[in-house]
Amino acid sequence: MDKNKSPLIHITKRSDIPWQRAWLIRLFALVLAFVVCAIVTTLLTGLDPLSVYQSMFDGAFGSERKVWILGKELAILLCVSLGLTPAFKMKFWNLGGEGQVLIGALATAAVMLYLGERLPGPLLMIVMFIGAVGAGAIWAAIPAFFKARWNTNETLFTLMMNYVAIQLVAFFVIVWEVPKGSGKVGVINQTSMAGWLPTIGGQKYLLIILVVAVITVAMHIYLKYSKHGYEISVVGESVNTARYVGIKTGKVIVRTLLVSGAICGLAGWLMVAGSDHTITTTLAGGRGFLGIMVSWLAQFSPFAMIATSFLLTFMARGASEISTAFQLNHSFADIMTGIILFFVIGCEFFIHYKVHFRTKEGKEIVDHV
Amino acid sequence: MFDLISFIPRAVVQSVPLLLGCTGETISEKSGSLNLGIPGVMYVGAISGVIASFFYEQSCGGQVNPALAIIFPLLACLFGSLLMGLLFCFLTVTLRVNQNVVGLAMTTFGIGFGNFFGGSLIKLTDSEVPSIALSATSHCFSKALPFADDLGWFGKIFLSYGFLTYVAIAIALVTAYILKKTRTGLHIRAIGENPATADAAGINITKYKYLSVCIGCMIAGLGGLYYVMDYASGVWSNDAFGDRGWLAIALVIFTLWRPNIAIFGSLLFAGLYILYLFVPTGGNMAVKELYKMLPYVVTIIVLVVTGMRNKRENQPPEALGLPYFREDR
Repeated sequence: MDKNKSPLIHITKRSDIPWQRAWLIRLFALVLAFVVCAIVTTLLTGLDPLSVYQSMFDGAFGSERKVWILGKELAILLCVSLGLTPAFKMKFWNLGGEGQVLIGALATAAVMLYLGERLPGPLLMIVMFIGAVGAGAIWAAIPAFFKARWNTNETLFTLMMNYVAIQLVAFFVIVWEVPKGSGKVGVINQTSMAGWLPTIGGQKYLLIILVVAVITVAMHIYLKYSKHGYEISVVGESVNTARYVGIKTGKVIVRTLLVSGAICGLAGWLMVAGSDHTITTTLAGGRGFLGIMVSWLAQFSPFAMIATSFLLTFMARGASEISTAFQLNHSFADIMTGIILFFVIGCEFFIHYKVHFRTKEGKEIVDHV
Repeated sequence: MFDLISFIPRAVVQSVPLLLGCTGETISEKSGSLNLGIPGVMYVGAISGVIASFFYEQSCGGQVNPALAIIFPLLACLFGSLLMGLLFCFLTVTLRVNQNVVGLAMTTFGIGFGNFFGGSLIKLTDSEVPSIALSATSHCFSKALPFADDLGWFGKIFLSYGFLTYVAIAIALVTAYILKKTRTGLHIRAIGENPATADAAGINITKYKYLSVCIGCMIAGLGGLYYVMDYASGVWSNDAFGDRGWLAIALVIFTLWRPNIAIFGSLLFAGLYILYLFVPTGGNMAVKELYKMLPYVVTIIVLVVTGMRNKRENQPPEALGLPYFREDR
């Protein structure tokens, strides 16, 4: 045996990779994930994979109504993800998206219930908006303040804030429930429709999509061209560097989380005022966590996030169609989403690292992925 | 009147899943892996046990052999959780992907996996039972010590639980000992504090990380199994396990990464978790919801206070959540 044998597999870090190849790797991972999903679905339902994807496609795009629902779901998921992005870019693990969305929704519902009949339409809308955005911002700023001041672990703090928000909503749901004892708030202002977002061109969801489109562009500009965006990326890369160049990191953390929470709160406003017109403890529906995936998979680029949130929304809608068609449990969508996430997350390795295999001659060949 | 003798046993049965989840997560965090997939792992552990025992009960038609009824679900649970652990390790240790992202994906997947099979098992196997109620298996799991009833309040508070309760406490004590007193524990802690130094000292980082995360996941999976087999009497209902997985992760911080403290910590958390059932609110249901907030608020307070006091032995492992790549500088 040769004692100085080099290891069978040797990994080095890539300095840079052309973006085309990076996206090719991601695409390949995605295709692989779809193949695995098809196999899993076939094993469970006994269908051939092509018809599985056919029915998934129908579930997402089957009718005009389904397309609008897809658009709305995509927009709301994108909105939450956009909210989480500046925090992540700063390497602040905001797992509190759920809570921030809920608290924004709670503020919206409160304004609709208590002021719905008293304020004129436009003013009511403004108060709802400010309430939701403010509530979300405060909810996110609390952990940020402790992180900035005492370096408290934000991952767990924000996570716990979710449950505080959920219980707060549960409390108010019982206070507001109609009829008493039902445990549900029901549709708020059903007859007066006070505080409901207006329909544009006969489409209920168009306004939501437009609002989120504006936020997407604004977030792109904020992160890429503003001084704030620059400070966020410096703090994210290295807190020490940020200190040396004179950035007040504490201030940046709190400010960024105010923005982050405000947008999540806005997503809550969109859901209560725009689509659901009611509030439940499950309103956020895991979007706070899914938004992290959306943002991370898109490498914090707002425009790429449109694609990743489309992917996840499409999977959810499509898989729920399959589960309805075959009378399976609706959690089927989560399994599919999970499989796709594992593949797409795993492929990041091949983007950041290069794998070398040992050859017989002792020379290394580089595996070009 | 506050009924302590009925309160304590209920708190204890609530605390076992938390304790197992917390012990598992502590092992994994000590090696530097913040596994946010624990809630998913607990679901997978629970449903794997349920599937195994479902098939076993179906095959033997009611006449179960107690030993086999315990062994099959137990092995399935450990195997299912082990696979989840391997998945986490493969992605975070071998492929060096961000732990938080992998963990959250695993939670999405695991909860979906549990609810899917829980909701569709009957349909998928074309069996004719109306719901998953594994009462025979559950009976074996929750069998208390035979003399518990004869000892009055003492028996009720200390001896009236299924065997997994005592296993959970034993695991916590053994884990605390191994982490603190043995060489293996020292290696695990060294990796969690500073992997580069540990690597230079000749500790096999990959091996220990795989080992601690996988064992951690298997212990946490048992928590899911306990919940469904003992606490829920073998009845699977979707989302019933709820947010206990997250609470277990919170408990790790609350107990300052010490499984022996976690025995009392989990009891305290469980007490707070069910306190709303025992506090007289005069029929005001809404206030009960505010009481349910307590465990989370307490965790936040502990988090803030330990952060402020900044004592070195109470801090998280230094390299928690960071991937290790030898050639990194």
